[in-house]
Amino acid sequence: MALSGFFLLLFLLQHFVINFSSVISVEGFNKVSHFMGTNPIIQYGIQPILLIGVLFHLGMGIYLDVANRKARNVKYAMNKPGENSSWWSRNMIITGITIMLFLGLHFYDFWFPEINTKFILGDMSGLNGHGEFRYWEELHHKFVDPIRVGIYCLSFVFLALHLLHGFQSAFQSVGFNHTRYTPVIKKLGNIYAICIPLGFIFIAVYHYVSQ
Amino acid sequence: MSELGMNLTLKIWRQKDAKAKGKMETYKVTEISEHMSFLEMLDVLNEQLINTGQEPVAFDHDCREGICGMCSLYINGEAHGPDRGVTTCQLHMRMFYNNDTIYIEPFRAKAFPVVKDLIVDRSSFDRIQHAGGFISVNTSGNTQDANSLPIPKLDADKAFDAATCIGCGACVATCKNASAMLYVSAKVSQFALLPQGKIEAKDRVLNMVEQMDKEGFGNCTNTGACEVECPKGISLENIARMNSEYLKASLVREK
Ligand code: HEM
Ligand code: SF4
Ligand code: FES
Repeated sequence: MALSGFFLLLFLLQHFVINFSSVISVEGFNKVSHFMGTNPIIQYGIQPILLIGVLFHLGMGIYLDVANRKARNVKYAMNKPGENSSWWSRNMIITGITIMLFLGLHFYDFWFPEINTKFILGDMSGLNGHGEFRYWEELHHKFVDPIRVGIYCLSFVFLALHLLHGFQSAFQSVGFNHTRYTPVIKKLGNIYAICIPLGFIFIAVYHYVSQ
Repeated sequence: MSELGMNLTLKIWRQKDAKAKGKMETYKVTEISEHMSFLEMLDVLNEQLINTGQEPVAFDHDCREGICGMCSLYINGEAHGPDRGVTTCQLHMRMFYNNDTIYIEPFRAKAFPVVKDLIVDRSSFDRIQHAGGFISVNTSGNTQDANSLPIPKLDADKAFDAATCIGCGACVATCKNASAMLYVSAKVSQFALLPQGKIEAKDRVLNMVEQMDKEGFGNCTNTGACEVECPKGISLENIARMNSEYLKASLVREK
């Protein structure tokens, strides 16, 4: 869980940086997207690892949650979990499954069309009908519908909640807890968990308002 | 609160034996002094029940001074009730108000089956201890004095803190996953930090974790609830220590 979590944290960071470039420079975003989309190491090496990583994380998450529910077969009549732990630390499965549902939409929006163009139609050029790079334009046109933008933004809130617990939890899971460093990790985790999803929300809203 | 003390409504889990289907029953107690401990309040209730020919409520207790770990109880949605750093025998009625309704349930976990009413069987903890919570020492008569081995002060302190775990099971009762990681990690840490514990360190952590899983406890997801509810303030640092001990031992194990 922690290992796939760490990997996803790194992935999310690079995903954010590349997406953010779409706000700064059309040309820059197109160049990076073309590189990421056509580089064989990324496409055939890292992409499958990422897919397996996500599936592993998802599968293990659900398996663990089911096993953990079984460990308490009779529920309490009166329980006050809020007195000793945060909502997001107890509901990783809810925030996680919301992220998974979002990934379904996200794949439908970007990944499936991309795979279709490149590997089924065999068009690796990355160009549109006018001979220009298509990536930025395609991205920009996905954020026309306010409902879709709303769903994206809401999903990022769930992602933030997931990471608010997940970031520091992953360190504890691999056995790292240190009087001096753990408080720093917790602060870093909070910064990461709030800033990255907030940045994604900014990107989505930017494309929506700049239509 | 009136001069005479508090009047309380108690909702208590009653279950005849391990096999019976239990349910919550409602009782009233009156004139409860704020200076009583929670167990003394239950004593008052039981006297009342006995005097009226009813079956008293069975609950665990022994030392009644916060050191044995016998008393349990999930009180108003929290292990050992609303106070912090105390067992139920050290919980005082001044934490409650006149006319309060108090829910009293047994510690709930598949690995802690109910024996009767509020008493649960925590022998799963004993079996985890038997699996590795010990050191082997030559007791032939010329046993080496433990103090002859120098130990860094910080390690000694941390080992001592871990050793203050009284095996009450509040961590399990509190954890949303009914995980026993805080307890087991305390029992692993109290030796892992000391030279005497190093010899059997790998087998200890592997065997104790294996037994823990066998008993049907859940998996730790680091919510940190156990640390908050633990009467002895056992730290999550112990769980991290056990995780790293376990990872290292699994990598080098030969069988
Ligand atoms: C595919 C949808 C996802 C599901 C169903 C899911 C579910 C879960 C579950 C059930 C846990 C373990 C519960 C816990 O430790 O409290 C977890 C932990 C974690 N997740 Fe996710 N998650 C998903 C996506 C993500 C993503 C996209 C990221 C990061 C970008 C992420 C990062 C983490 C981290 C860092 C942990 C902590 C690992 C640990 O404590 O050992 N997850 N996830
Ligand atoms: S770790 Fe704390 S809560 Fe758990 S058994 Fe030990 S003393 Fe009780
Ligand atoms: S009865 Fe011994 S700790 Fe409460």
